[in-house]
Amino acid sequence: MMTFLLKGVLRDRGRSLFPFIVVTTGVFLTVTLYCYIRGAELDVVRSNANLRHGHVKVVTRAYAKDVDQIPNDLALLGASAQIRDLEREYPDLEWVPRIEFGGLLDIPDAHGETRAQAPVAGFGADLRTPGSPEPGLLGLANILVAGRLPEASGEILLSAGLAERLKVGPGDVATLIGTTMHGAMSMANFKVAGTIRFGIGALDRMGLVADIADVRKALDMDDAAGEILGLSRDGLYRPDRLAAVAAAFNARFAGSGDEFLPVMQTLRDQPGMAMMFDRIRDVTNIILGVFLLAMSLVMWNAGLVGTLRRYGEFGVRLAIGEDKGRIYRSLVAESLMIGVLGSIAGTVLGLALSFYLQAVGINLAGVLKNVSFLMPIVIRSRVAPAAFVVGFVPGLLATLVGTGIAGRGIYRRQTAQLFKELES
Amino acid sequence: MKRLIPGLILLLAAASSAALLPARQVPAAAPSASVLLDRVDANAIAGNKILIAEMVIRGRRDSRSVKSKSWVQGADKAFTEYLEPAREKGTKMLKLGDQLWTYSPDTDRTIAISGHMLRQSVMGSDLSYEDMMEDKRLRQAYDGSVTGEEVVLDRPCWVVDLVSKTGDAAYASRKIRVDKERFIVLKEERFAKSGRLLKTFEVRRAKLVQGRWVAAEAVFRDVLKQGEGTVFKIESIEFDAAIPESLFTKASLRA
Repeated sequence: MMTFLLKGVLRDRGRSLFPFIVVTTGVFLTVTLYCYIRGAELDVVRSNANLRHGHVKVVTRAYAKDVDQIPNDLALLGASAQIRDLEREYPDLEWVPRIEFGGLLDIPDAHGETRAQAPVAGFGADLRTPGSPEPGLLGLANILVAGRLPEASGEILLSAGLAERLKVGPGDVATLIGTTMHGAMSMANFKVAGTIRFGIGALDRMGLVADIADVRKALDMDDAAGEILGLSRDGLYRPDRLAAVAAAFNARFAGSGDEFLPVMQTLRDQPGMAMMFDRIRDVTNIILGVFLLAMSLVMWNAGLVGTLRRYGEFGVRLAIGEDKGRIYRSLVAESLMIGVLGSIAGTVLGLALSFYLQAVGINLAGVLKNVSFLMPIVIRSRVAPAAFVVGFVPGLLATLVGTGIAGRGIYRRQTAQLFKELES
Repeated sequence: MKRLIPGLILLLAAASSAALLPARQVPAAAPSASVLLDRVDANAIAGNKILIAEMVIRGRRDSRSVKSKSWVQGADKAFTEYLEPAREKGTKMLKLGDQLWTYSPDTDRTIAISGHMLRQSVMGSDLSYEDMMEDKRLRQAYDGSVTGEEVVLDRPCWVVDLVSKTGDAAYASRKIRVDKERFIVLKEERFAKSGRLLKTFEVRRAKLVQGRWVAAEAVFRDVLKQGEGTVFKIESIEFDAAIPESLFTKASLRA
């Protein structure tokens, strides 16, 4: 029976071509958008976790309160001991100290006078300790544009855009004018070791990366860290588990009002991140819902047209004794076949485009100017296992729903009129 | 801190900590504000002076002190060298009119401080470079009106409300308490254009030096910060001292 129906679907294009194209198109768009949104989510999580927030981060309570001001005067003191404790308690997380800072980068001329000056947003990370995970987390080797990574004390990396603007390159000297953790102005000379391009707007405009030891010296932050980041060793962000870890950590200090006690926050707690996660979930659901609804409506309409076209066929089948339920079920089975074939075709096409976008990406520089979290300029699709099946949800459901509603017309078919209709 | 001297000294020389006695009606015998401001300016602004001062910065977390020596000429020129702590030793600042440079021995660089950098804190204190740059005489920069009397540091004072004449002053308005006999500002509040209180200044101890009253110890507080303010203590001050003109040049910063 199924073979018979399948032959009908394949041979009678008038019956199957339009629904097939609708399902294929809908599934293609669903798979492509799903992969792209998933890619965007993973890119944003990776960028924000590795570059700025970690999967969790430990800061002082006071620092957490004014975190948008990067209040290094409220930094964690005795960072080495705190990291040792965290490593002992949470061995599945990698703990690294970071210091974010802002300031001016001043480029001297031959006489030591200011030749160029620009604001910088920098951070200090452990770049030089052998075995430090930081160069890997930051992906520095992959984003190096010119020069090399810092090897000696006092060497920094500048974002390529900033270096271009200031007309400096590897080997040049730059003076960082910043603020110590005591609030005083600080001046420190650095040598540009190399230039980098993060592919992230803000960092590429004014980014500076230095070894944390040099930053501590420049900002008078001996053994201090603005933040201690914790990253899962397998690189995966597990929001529920990490929220529980953070809650348990914070519960230990719940009884004290000391504003310099540590507090642990998850990536989701960081500015803009919760909204981003929620929005991605909402958008994914909306996309699936919209395609499901739209395709259902189209398939319903296609089913109605098909039922009208096959009005005579149904009359004959009823007249020779086939019952209405059987005809209805055969119609649904046909639509299911079209749904499967369309979903397969749409998934194949969607995956093909997604694999391409996974390699090439889409440059969104023009629309990412005011986001509150780090956002890569080029967003790439990510083909996850779920992408192979996600298109089947709207693909099959829409055809079933559309045909199921349209097929109800079979039950209203009157055989008494059949011969009159055939004669006419 | 040395740079502090022109702007702050003006104030320091006139300010002090206080116990107050509000009595808001303007007495019939009140002098005109312009006369009062002239007397305050005359007491605060000297020809030449050399002073050694200590700044105790009481932050949210800890306290630290910074010592400096300043050479000041009038209200326009000042040269400051930091003596302590070791990290700041050798850092110098030069103010010439409305220009300010800082020299850091670690970098061997001289940097002009301008634009938003002027709003930065001086050595982490409650004083900004902008505060330091205030070099106009009060009478020049502000319109004043005597609005009452108060007792500050057991001294009877006139309360004078000041409003910026030009709008380019760091503070749109100020309320000062001027010692009726010594013409030193003993207490002050500084406000933004919106009326928000930004800084407070209170003299704790005033002393007479070579015929002038100076604030030997005062607390300057940025109320937008959560620290307890910065205490300025003048260790020594010498008026009409001989200061070589060459000191007020950029070359002297690296000397």
